Amino acid sequence: MRMAREVVLFESLFKSNKWTWLFGWLFHVGLLLVLIRHARYFWPGDLPEIFLLVQPFKYAAFAMVIGLIGLMGRRIAVERIRYISAPSDYLMLILMLVIGISGAVMTFTSNHTDVIMVKQFASGLLTFDWANLPTEVHFLVHIFMVFVLMAIFPISKLLHVPGVFFSPTRNQVDDARKKRHISPWALRQEKEQEVRLNETLGKDE
Amino acid sequence: MADDFEVPKLPTYLEIPKMNEGVMAGDGPFKSVEEFQTPLGFPGAKVDNWQEVAINKMGELKSKYRSVQVFLDACVKCGACTDKCHYFLGSSDPKNMPVARQDLFRSVYRRHFTFAGKYFPKLVGAKELDDAMLDDWYNYFHQCSQCRRCSVFCPYGIDTAEISMAAREVLDAVGIGQKYCNQILGKAITIGNNLGLPEPALRDTLLDLEEEIEEETGVAVKYPLDQKGAEILLITPSADFFAEPHIDGLIGYGKVFHQDGVSWTMSSYASEGANFGMFIGSYDIMRKAALRIRKAALDLEVSRVMVGECGHAWRVAYSFWNTLSGVGAGADISDEHAMKLQNQLDSRYPQPQHIIEYTHDLIQRNKLKFDKSANDDRTVTFHDSCNVARATNMGGIPNGQFILPREVIKAVCNNYVDMERSTIMESTFCCGGGGGLLTDDLMEIRIKGAMPRMQALKEVEKTDAVDTLVAICAICKSQFSKVLPKFDFDPYMIVSAHQLVSEAIIMDKPQTDDSEAEMPIEETITETVE
Repeated sequence: MRMAREVVLFESLFKSNKWTWLFGWLFHVGLLLVLIRHARYFWPGDLPEIFLLVQPFKYAAFAMVIGLIGLMGRRIAVERIRYISAPSDYLMLILMLVIGISGAVMTFTSNHTDVIMVKQFASGLLTFDWANLPTEVHFLVHIFMVFVLMAIFPISKLLHVPGVFFSPTRNQVDDARKKRHISPWALRQEKEQEVRLNETLGKDE
Repeated sequence: MADDFEVPKLPTYLEIPKMNEGVMAGDGPFKSVEEFQTPLGFPGAKVDNWQEVAINKMGELKSKYRSVQVFLDACVKCGACTDKCHYFLGSSDPKNMPVARQDLFRSVYRRHFTFAGKYFPKLVGAKELDDAMLDDWYNYFHQCSQCRRCSVFCPYGIDTAEISMAAREVLDAVGIGQKYCNQILGKAITIGNNLGLPEPALRDTLLDLEEEIEEETGVAVKYPLDQKGAEILLITPSADFFAEPHIDGLIGYGKVFHQDGVSWTMSSYASEGANFGMFIGSYDIMRKAALRIRKAALDLEVSRVMVGECGHAWRVAYSFWNTLSGVGAGADISDEHAMKLQNQLDSRYPQPQHIIEYTHDLIQRNKLKFDKSANDDRTVTFHDSCNVARATNMGGIPNGQFILPREVIKAVCNNYVDMERSTIMESTFCCGGGGGLLTDDLMEIRIKGAMPRMQALKEVEKTDAVDTLVAICAICKSQFSKVLPKFDFDPYMIVSAHQLVSEAIIMDKPQTDDSEAEMPIEETITETVE
């Protein structure tokens, strides 16, 4: 189905611009894998063995960061895209970059944070059982930025995530000759007009 | 409008131009006046509280059309569309980049309808709707032909056509209409066609045509008008009735009908395929025009409705007629409006059907004979018209809208080549004159916007000596006739698909004349519906 190809492979974007597609896709896939790996911080109790499979996903952080840098580079370097960019478009990329880099720093350098504590906090959230968070600066930056991201999700261009599923040019079925598609407001209007039409016709006679 | 612009040079390869801000700034096309506004229910002049009216109208459209809201919210400014619009490629004005064009509308939407835009307008590029913005709307939303090429390349399928329709609807609501579209619409919904041809004039034209064909071929091809009880009602763009090269297409339709022996008619009440209601975004007016066709079909008691060669007409017919007027199938039993007509229509055929589908079907069944050598003096290429290519289908098979016209053309001529792949089919470049821009006061943008198509044409002219351009859209044909000479082409190289059919078709000579009327209709019916 074209919607699936669109969401998984970014088919239209591939058709239009290979560089944007490459960086965009790297970022999104990287993000997805990293998010999957984050599940272990929320899983209550011991981790089932399946999480061993997810473990290498930590390298996806690099894909994500590379993708973001690429997208930022384009936005600054390409005249046409600079023209259409608002401050928020840059800020969004910076926000994601800070999240990605601070996360990667914790994973790949000696600035490890106490993940057990994080896990207690996160699973505590699920059960309304407040636990303390670690206080390393990398971690605090990371989680604070994630909270910011979650807060602005519904009021920003991040709405493209649900939006893509509702896009009429992508999710409508091509059967207009076989089926009548009519909006409730149009149907209402049709009925009203018919009444008016009948009334005027009556007066003419 | 000023003539002091340069016709773009055709490059060897299509390049993305460097931006030139403001090259296409201006006052836009001629504005409509009270005389044309009032009949459509729009204010005659710019209303005093226009800002309030405009914002209210935006709110109404946002809640009415899911497309408008999703498209306004989902854009991430990725820039994929920025080099896809023929008007940007031809004019280099950055406001002709699809996303920038949408942003004229989106920035106001953000200011008034989103949290971020209300409280942090600078941050998200939200802007107030002031006089300058309104002027930009009028100017740049009339530099969009609603061809939807950008939507093909957008990762979210954002369709600038929807935004430009919405913007034009808001403009009409505050009393700023476009003269060309609104004047034409007035004629279409009162007289029945865009040209304002009344019934006697139409009848006259058709009689002349019959005489001409009989003189030339010796066959009495008929062009029936208002013939009650005919099987097929043909709805064709009114340009077909008199203008070159359109009329040669009409001659082709007539010959095909004649050879098939089917009874058909046109209607003087609904003598127009085009429906400019779509261009100005008005559902009501689009419906008014479509309801004339419904009434004609009911009055003439036809069992099939067919559409001639017209691009956006086919979009309206294919995608919207079923909704607007009931010309279609699959109505719910409780739906009286649709049932009334659909009980009369023959469900064995697709309703409505495109003339290309019809001719294609006859060719498949060997009903038509051709002398392909009649077109041997031509090397032909096909221009996919935007609305057919990106908003409709033919034949009920995937990509049928690309396959069927090409098969018809190849069945009637020997030399056919396609233009460069990225400029045809779903990626086709608009002719530059669609979407209500086919007016002389917009000649500059029409010529500049035609550049990408002309470039691809130039290439096949060089490599394959192409000398004939076929289109199945009245707007494309008119536009090309005007712009081809600007790019050193022969203006007469643009023809209808059915003109080629007309030239190659072998007509039965009159001795079998009397059998024609009694041809058992049942036998000619096959399963064109899958």
